[in-house]
Amino acid sequence: MAHGPATLADGWVKYASRWLFTTNHKDIGTLYLWFSFAMFILGGSFAMVIRAELFQPGMQLIKPEFFNQMTTMHGLVMVFGAIMPAFVGLANWLIPMMIGAPDMALPRMNNLSFWILPFAFAILVATLFMEGGGPNFGWTFYAPLSTTYAPDTVNYFIFGVHIMGASSIMGSINIIATVMNMRAPGMTYMKMPMFVWTWLITAFLLVAVMPVLAGAVTMMLMDINFGTSFFDAAGGGDPVLFQHIFWFFGHPEVYIIILPAFGVVSQIIPTFSRKPLFGYSSMVYATASIAFMSFIVWAHHMFTVGMPIAGELYFMYATMLIAVPTGVKVFNWITTMYKGSLTFETPMLFSIAFVILFTFGGFTGLMLSIAAADIQYHDTYFVVAHFHYVMVAGAVFSGTAAVYYWLPKWCGKMYDETMGKVQFWIAFIGFNITFMPQHFLGLAGMPRRYADYGLQFADWNMVSSIGAFMYGAAQILFLFNVVRTITHGKPVDKPEVWEGAEGLEWTVPTPAPYHTFEKPPQVK
Amino acid sequence: MLKKAQALFLRPLGAVLALVSAVSSHAESAASQLNMPQGVTEVSQAAYDIHMVMMWICTVIGVAVFGFMFYVMYAHRKSRGAVAENFHENLIVELLWTIVPAIILIVMAIPATTALLKVYDTENADIDIKVTGYQWKWQYEYLGEDVKFMSELRTPQDEIYGREPKGEHYLREVTEPLVLPAGKKVRFLITGNDVIHSWWVPDFGVKRDAVPGLFTSAWAKTDKPGTYVGECTELCGSGHAFMPVVVEVKEQAEYDQWLADKKAAAAEYASTIGKQWTFDELMVQGEEVYNRSCAGCHAVNGEGIPGVFPALKNSVIALGPVVEHLRVVVDGIPGTAMQSFADQLSEVDIAAVIHYERNAWGNDVGDITQPVDVLNYKQAK
Ligand code: HEM
Ligand SMILES: [Cu+2]
Repeated sequence: MAHGPATLADGWVKYASRWLFTTNHKDIGTLYLWFSFAMFILGGSFAMVIRAELFQPGMQLIKPEFFNQMTTMHGLVMVFGAIMPAFVGLANWLIPMMIGAPDMALPRMNNLSFWILPFAFAILVATLFMEGGGPNFGWTFYAPLSTTYAPDTVNYFIFGVHIMGASSIMGSINIIATVMNMRAPGMTYMKMPMFVWTWLITAFLLVAVMPVLAGAVTMMLMDINFGTSFFDAAGGGDPVLFQHIFWFFGHPEVYIIILPAFGVVSQIIPTFSRKPLFGYSSMVYATASIAFMSFIVWAHHMFTVGMPIAGELYFMYATMLIAVPTGVKVFNWITTMYKGSLTFETPMLFSIAFVILFTFGGFTGLMLSIAAADIQYHDTYFVVAHFHYVMVAGAVFSGTAAVYYWLPKWCGKMYDETMGKVQFWIAFIGFNITFMPQHFLGLAGMPRRYADYGLQFADWNMVSSIGAFMYGAAQILFLFNVVRTITHGKPVDKPEVWEGAEGLEWTVPTPAPYHTFEKPPQVK
Repeated sequence: MLKKAQALFLRPLGAVLALVSAVSSHAESAASQLNMPQGVTEVSQAAYDIHMVMMWICTVIGVAVFGFMFYVMYAHRKSRGAVAENFHENLIVELLWTIVPAIILIVMAIPATTALLKVYDTENADIDIKVTGYQWKWQYEYLGEDVKFMSELRTPQDEIYGREPKGEHYLREVTEPLVLPAGKKVRFLITGNDVIHSWWVPDFGVKRDAVPGLFTSAWAKTDKPGTYVGECTELCGSGHAFMPVVVEVKEQAEYDQWLADKKAAAAEYASTIGKQWTFDELMVQGEEVYNRSCAGCHAVNGEGIPGVFPALKNSVIALGPVVEHLRVVVDGIPGTAMQSFADQLSEVDIAAVIHYERNAWGNDVGDITQPVDVLNYKQAK
C-alpha cells in the first residue's frame, strides 16, 4: 500500500491538497457528486422563486425581467450543473470498479475536467449580480433574443458554456478510453454491466454534440462582438439556423441526460428482484438505437417555425419511431421483476417510480411528436410537464436511487431505511402534485416562461406551487439522510451489501478501499 | 364513444377541480379547463381529434403495462414467499414487443399525416392579413385594404402589480382586437420585427413563430362569430406574458361596416395631421403613449433599467436638439433593442411622446414638437 488519502487529521493544507490535486477516481467521483448536489439545491432554489411568483396571478415578488433570469438559470444550472455532473460522478466512482480497472484511463485529465466546472458555474451565477443581470433568454437561448437583444453579460454566459463543454468532452473521452482499454481479462463488451454500456454510448453522444454547442455559442459571440450576421436576418443571416444548430445539440443532450439513468435502474431492478436483467442484449441494442436516432429528430422542437411540410413529416415519423426502442427498455425492466423475489428498499422504490413516471413522460412525448397536435402543445406548460417527468422523475429519481444503492459501498455505512422511504413518498407525491396539473394548464392554454397569467389558470398554478415546495422539502431530507449516514450510519462490512447484488463492485470490501483492483480480477 | 369516455373520466376530475377552486381564495377565478379546446376551425378540430386518439392509445397501453407491473409487485414479492426464477431471455416476446408497437405507430402515422396536411392547406385564401410581432405587441395589416393597426395589452400596470383588484379579463384584453369575417378563409402572413415571437390562437389551431426576416403562413376559417383569446408563445423578453392576442370574428355585414369605419377614421386622421397642438394637449397624449409603448423598457419614471435600458430623465438625447430625438424614435438604433417606431406609432403619437419625454420628470426643454415636424422629418429622408 503506497499511501492512504489525507484526512482532516493531517491538517487542512494536506486535506485540501488531497481534493485539489487528486487523481483518484473515487475522490473525483465524490467531488462531482457533491458539486452536482450543490447545483441541484441552487437550481432548485431558483425553481422555488419561480413557483412562489406563480403561486397567484399578478406580479407579487419579482419583476418579469428577473423572472426570465430565474427560468433561464434554473434550466441551465439543473441541466449542466446538477444532472450531467451527477452522472459523471457516478461514472467515476463505478465504471472502474464495474470493469475491474484500478482507475480511470486518464487520471490527470480527470482532475482538470472536474476542477474547471466550479469556475464555469461561478462565472455563470456571478452574472446575476452584474449590471444588466444574468442571462434572460431561456436555457435554449434563441437568437436574436440572446444576441442583439441580450444583456452584455451574455459574453460571460458564452464563456461559461465553453468551459462546461470542455469539461464534458474531457470527461467523456476519459470514459471512452477507460471502457475500451481497461476492462479486466474476460470482461468482454457483452458482459459489461448495463451502466457501463449506457455510459459508453452517452460518452460518444457527448463527444459528438458538445462541439456543436460550442459552435453555436461561438457564432453568437461573433454576432455580438465582431459584426458577423449568422443569426441576424438584417445582415443576411437566419435566426432559424440557430435553432437547428441548438437542437442538433439539444436533442442528443436529453438522451445524454437519460441514458445513464437507464443504466442505473438496469443495475438496481435486478438486485431487488433477485433475478438477472431480462433481455440484456436487446437492452444494449435498444440503447444504441436510441442514441443513433437522437441525432435525426432534432427539429421536432421546431414544429411551429414554419418548416416545409416534407421536413415536418419526416421529423414527425422519425420521432414517433423512438418510442419503439424506449418501449423495449420499459418492457425489459418490468419483465425483470416478473417472477422475481421482490423487496422494496429505497433504491428500488425510486427505480420503480422511475419506470412508471418516465414511461408517463414517454407517453406525453409520443403525443408531442404528432406535429398537428404539437401546434397546440408547443411552448405551453404541457411541454414543461413532459420534460420534468422525464428529467426529474427520470434522471433525478434515478440519481437519488443510485446514491442510496451505492452509498453503503462508498462509505461503509447503511442509510436510515425509514427516512429514505419517507423521503421517497414526499418526493413522489410532491413531484406529481407539481407537474401533473401542468399538463392541464398547458392544454388549457397557458404558455411556458410566463411571469404572469390570466385568472383561468389560477387554481392549478397554486396546486403546482404547493407540490413544488413539498418536492423541495424532500431534498433537504435527502441531504440530511446522506450526511447522517456518513457520520452516524450503521456500519456494513459485507462486500455484496445487498442480497442479490451482482457485479465486480460488490466483490471488493465495504467500504471500498481507496485503491481497488490493483491486480485485475479474472472474469469468467 | 370517445365523448362518452371523456365524460366518464373528465367529470370526476372536474369535481375534484371544483373542490380545489372552492378551497382556493380566488373567488373571481373562472372554472379551469382541463383539456385541449376543440376550437372553431377545421385545423383545431383535427388537432383535438388526433390528440384524443393518442391520449386514449397511451391510456390503454399505460393501464395494461402498469396493471401488469402492479400485479407483479403484488404477486412476486419476497414477503409473500416468492422465489426468483432465473430466465432472462425470450426471443418471441422480445420480437413481439418490438413489432407490435411499431405497427401501432405506423397505423397512427396515417391520421397524423392527414391532420398535418390540413394545417398546411393555406392556398386560395379570401383575405390576407400580415401579422407582425413587436416587443411587446402585435401589428395587424389588412393587405390591399390600407388598414393597419397595433394591438397591445390593455390591462393596467396597477392590476398587474396588485394595487388594484384584477378585472374579469385580466391579461386577456387588448387596445384593439383583430377583426375577421365569419365564413371566409383568412390567411395570416406572420413575421417578427425584433426578436422571435409566436402567434397563437388555440381556438383556431394556429400557432406560428413570428421570425424576423422570414414570412410563414397559417390559415383559419370559422363560421362561429365570437371573441377568441390567444397568447405569445415564444419567449421574447420581459413583456412576453403581456402581449395577448384577441380576435373578434364578426358576421360579414358587421365586418364590412367595421372595415369601412376603419378606413374613414384613417382618412380623417390624415386630414388633421396638420393641426397645431398645444403644450398641454401633447403632454396628456404623450404620457399615455409613453406609458403604453416606452415605459416597458425606459420605466414609467423615465429612469430606465440600469445597465439594460438607458434612462431618459436627464439624458443627452432628451435634452438635446430635437432632430436627434426624432432620429432615435423614428429610425431606432440598429443593433439594439431600441426599435424604429415609424411604423408602430402615428405622427401624432410620435410627436406627443417626444414632447412628453422632453418635458416630463424634471426634463424641461420647453419646446413643442408638432405632428408636422415628424412628417417633415420622415419626408426629408
Ligand atoms: C434536475 C431537475 C430539473 C431539471 C433538469 C429541470 C429542467 C428544467 C428546464 C430545462 C426548464 C426549462 C427552463 C426554460 O424554459 O428556460 C425547466 C423549467 C421549469 N422547472 Fe425545472 N428542472 C428540474 C427540477 C425542477 C424542480 C425540482 C422544480 C420545482 C419544484 C422545477 C420547476 C420548474 C418550473 C416551474 C419551470 C417552468 C419555468 C417556465 O418555463 O416558466 N424544476 N426545468
Ligand atoms: Cu427532442
